[in-house]
Amino acid sequence: MPASEYLRQSALAALGLAAKAGAGPARGAGVILRECAPRAQLCLRGGPGADFEKAVEGVLGVRPPLESGMSARNGDRTLLWLGPDEWLAVLPDERSEEVLSRLRDALAPLHVAVVDVSHSRAVVELSGAHARSVLQKGCHLDLHPSRFRAGSVAQSKFARCHVLLHQTDDAPAYDLYIQRSFARYLWSWLEDAAAEFGVTVEV
Amino acid sequence: MLLIHCPWCGPRNEDEFSYGGEAHIVRPAAPEAESDAQWADYLFMRTNRKGLNLERWVHTHGCGRWFNVARDTVTHRIEAVYGMGEAPPVQSRGGG
Repeated sequence: MPASEYLRQSALAALGLAAKAGAGPARGAGVILRECAPRAQLCLRGGPGADFEKAVEGVLGVRPPLESGMSARNGDRTLLWLGPDEWLAVLPDERSEEVLSRLRDALAPLHVAVVDVSHSRAVVELSGAHARSVLQKGCHLDLHPSRFRAGSVAQSKFARCHVLLHQTDDAPAYDLYIQRSFARYLWSWLEDAAAEFGVTVEV
Repeated sequence: MLLIHCPWCGPRNEDEFSYGGEAHIVRPAAPEAESDAQWADYLFMRTNRKGLNLERWVHTHGCGRWFNVARDTVTHRIEAVYGMGEAPPVQSRGGG
């Protein structure tokens, strides 16, 4: 069940980002850091198999991507590949309860687990011309456009923390799914690493 | 740092993985029939080979899956990566 406005607090609340927003270089910032609004994140374990894929597609309108490190999107619903039998469904926060119960109903006859993990991770978007350079400072993944492009997904270690990285645009833009308790550290790390390129904060 | 080929995620740095000890250790079918010495041997004693070792790894900071790796403990060369429950494509070698 979604926490009330009162209970739900950003993992980055203590950083006072609203005061920093827009305070970067007026134009030409090489990196834009943005705290994303809370999203519903549902962990799906099951399949792979035609029954599982069809049931998931019936509810979300997205077929689970079977290729490792890939994602699939339909409108505001995205499925990220986490493992050979594990996906993360990302959708607007307000739909989490409704979609969760529909997924559970649709998948009930199968051997699956559907768990709401929305509150476990904060999401930070990193974009701008130098976004890739900032990521490469803390992560050994090959992020060259020939290997990692819009739609690519990887879990890895970033600045010594576990992150889920999703490239959302070839511009480039990345969504970093960060465990909440690491969010303040990673945000500060990113701001520091991006400083040399000029960084603008958005909330 | 080792470059380990996760069967699902491809080549990744060693620090994304956790080591799971020697592979292919079979749990006795009837533990109650084992002597204390045999049970202790199953639980604690490992080969500690100097040479090609068959071992388990898990991609902790990736897809989270377990798999087997044949790694030479002298040269660190990885000769094979294969799935859990699969027969090793190479034989271990070197003294324990």
